[in-house]
Amino acid sequence: MYSDKVMDHFNNPRNVGSLEDANGIGEVGNARCGDIMKMYIKVKDNIITDVRFKTFGCGAAIATSSMATEMVKGKTLEEALRISNKAVTEALDGLPPAKMHCSVLAEEAVHAAIADYKARLEQKENE
Amino acid sequence: MNRIYLDNAATTRLDAEVLQQMLPYFTDHYGNPSSIYATGRDARKAVEEARRAVAAALNCTAQEIFFTSGGTESDNWAIKGIAHTNQSKGKHIISTAIEHHAVLHPLEDLQKQGFEVTYMPVDEYGLVNPADIKKAIRPDTILISVIAANNEIGTIQPIAEIGAIAKEHKIAFHTDAVQAIGAIPVDVKEWQVDTLSLSAHKFHGPKGVGALYIRKGTRLPAFIQGGAQERNRRAGTENVPGIVGLGAAITKAVTTLDENAKKIAALRDDLINGILKNVPEVRLNGHPILRLPNNVNFAVKYIEGEALLLRLDLAGIAASSGSACTSGSLDPSHVLLAIGLPHEIAHGSLRLTLSADTSQEEIDTVKTELPRIINILRAMSPLYEQGESHVF
Repeated sequence: MYSDKVMDHFNNPRNVGSLEDANGIGEVGNARCGDIMKMYIKVKDNIITDVRFKTFGCGAAIATSSMATEMVKGKTLEEALRISNKAVTEALDGLPPAKMHCSVLAEEAVHAAIADYKARLEQKENE
Repeated sequence: MNRIYLDNAATTRLDAEVLQQMLPYFTDHYGNPSSIYATGRDARKAVEEARRAVAAALNCTAQEIFFTSGGTESDNWAIKGIAHTNQSKGKHIISTAIEHHAVLHPLEDLQKQGFEVTYMPVDEYGLVNPADIKKAIRPDTILISVIAANNEIGTIQPIAEIGAIAKEHKIAFHTDAVQAIGAIPVDVKEWQVDTLSLSAHKFHGPKGVGALYIRKGTRLPAFIQGGAQERNRRAGTENVPGIVGLGAAITKAVTTLDENAKKIAALRDDLINGILKNVPEVRLNGHPILRLPNNVNFAVKYIEGEALLLRLDLAGIAASSGSACTSGSLDPSHVLLAIGLPHEIAHGSLRLTLSADTSQEEIDTVKTELPRIINILRAMSPLYEQGESHVF
């Protein structure tokens, strides 16, 4: 059902956990529907220098979170925002059709974390 | 890696002795039971012998047993057949919120055709209250259908009590006993059922064969048409090896029931107690006492069922879950919702179902592996970190 890559990222998730000095945190999904992704990013000079995730969800949800963190690490915010759910799916050698929403959630989690970082930055500038 | 199979509610291993009894009917006695020559007669004899074996197991006559392709066909036949046959008398059906889909989907289909269905709620343990069923009966009620023992949470219903109520009101009574055979004593007279479904592969028989008990005098026309088999009520050349296997498996299941149920229930309780003691925020779903001897069902807070199954599989343990991701829909199991679990907790359900093959050593392994895996997944869960509290 899952590709070897999905199973690898599910079994050995990269960048799992929380980030003490995160300056952007995004949480998407809904426990009622069975998946929540929380993404922590550390941004320095417009570059995502570190990233962590925590996910409540199925195998695909955990694997897409893991892959998304690998793909955004070291990228500028603009580059990270351009990483689509399709790119995450392709990097995992595909997902079963019923699990495509997990990759959408991963993309949304990255966007939510970056939006949080920008909002914090704006608030700081206004202070 | 040693594989530990704990999904016996899904299917069981075919018993080696049962297989031996089946084999000659693939290659030697392969005749069509409807044929008049010797090899046909051999097959006919075996089919009728199996019919007597099933009848003996259920305490009915052989003429009341009809072979089908399995539990799903038996349920469809009984539900749709009774409804259509009795629709001039009324179009109201009483069932429960925790039926198997083989009953629920035919009921939903009947609703589209103008039948009205009252789904009785269950309590937090999954029990139906017979008094509620009695209250729900109307002059136009034509059928009551209640699952004998639930496939997900293992709760055993008071079928004999419900049977007495149905009889008193002269309403046809069907039970899906697919999980009950070989696990608890089943007696169609004591239960006062008019129809009862069973499936061979749930008690170490072959897949693709089952039976419907139809009490003598019950009006139920053929569901599958195209031949005179099964006394004109179920057309199609008999699955002779399968039927032989069903007969052999049910005989073995009922003769070893007491001994096996006791042994399996002891392992079940050891597993339940071991997990509840060592893992915080896990709850047992289903009834603590009125449950199938082989059924364990946990709600594991903060994690999702499919992830748990995948991790267990990596550890060589086969199990099942009522999470949405394993059901292929967005909603978790209707049974878990019916016993009052919130969606997010129903997503984290885990079913482990034992058999007579299960060993203490295997249970000990699960008692070690399951807490370890739950810890790994909880460490990844944002819900665990937040400690979202729900009363357990």
